[in-house]
Amino acid sequence: MGVDSRKMAFWAFIGSECLLFGSLIATYLVYKGRSLVGPYPHEILNIPFTSFSTFDLLMSSLAMVLALAAVQRGDMKQGKLWLLVTALLGLVFLGGQFWEFSHFVHEGLGLTTNLFGSTFYVLTGTHGAHVTVGVIWLLTLWIQALRGKLGPKQALTVEITGLYWHFVDVVWIVIFTVVYLIQ
Amino acid sequence: MSEHGAGAGAAHATTGTYLRIAAILVMITLIEVGVFYVPTFQSVLVPLLLVLSAVKFTLVVMFYMHLKFDNRFFAFLFGGPLLLALVVVVSLLLIFYGAVRLRTGM
Repeated sequence: MGVDSRKMAFWAFIGSECLLFGSLIATYLVYKGRSLVGPYPHEILNIPFTSFSTFDLLMSSLAMVLALAAVQRGDMKQGKLWLLVTALLGLVFLGGQFWEFSHFVHEGLGLTTNLFGSTFYVLTGTHGAHVTVGVIWLLTLWIQALRGKLGPKQALTVEITGLYWHFVDVVWIVIFTVVYLIQ
Repeated sequence: MSEHGAGAGAAHATTGTYLRIAAILVMITLIEVGVFYVPTFQSVLVPLLLVLSAVKFTLVVMFYMHLKFDNRFFAFLFGGPLLLALVVVVSLLLIFYGAVRLRTGM
């Protein structure tokens, strides 16, 4: 078929991830509005703050495609810069999620407090774990680039990293709408 | 801007396209947050937000993940499970709310 086997395998992996997040989102929706005790979503979710996190993740996706474009044309100075920017924006997102979780726990919403807490933490926590893996992956690539081991010949590696990172972004696009905006 | 080492020989979007897509994504996000706060849109809020979210999702997948330019087999590998995931979500909702209706008689 003329397709790269690594890229094909990674698209199949992303397909399987669709099913994982689909199940988690379905579980969240099924239990939506069924908590017997608070805190309830409308009392605790902070839309302006999460909008900033969404903006941050969208900008990290832009940085990722700019990193890939730079590596493909052999501009490793720009490639290193955009890889680092992508990872840092990912870290900002994770910092925001840590703050949000801490704030929610302080407000009395734990993993076992109610159905909202259980489904919310499992869904957004699984997404956060994916972002963490992505940040580690990006920093590994950045270190490789600093050591001169990443160039146009390794563009496919950067592209696959990008596929993962953008997938994490599209999952957040859905979570932002389903969990935060549709209350 | 051609793809290197991917074996597919597919072309990618230009930097200008990436920037335009980013601007559109940010604008849609602002619209989403805007309509959330405007009481006029409350009656159509859910379908409107779902459509806007789907547009953002499609833009990222098509342009940032290069599915628009890449081999169609990748679209099948991604689209198939995505469709299945949507079926799982809708089926679970129908089963759950169907069971609730049966139990409550509503």
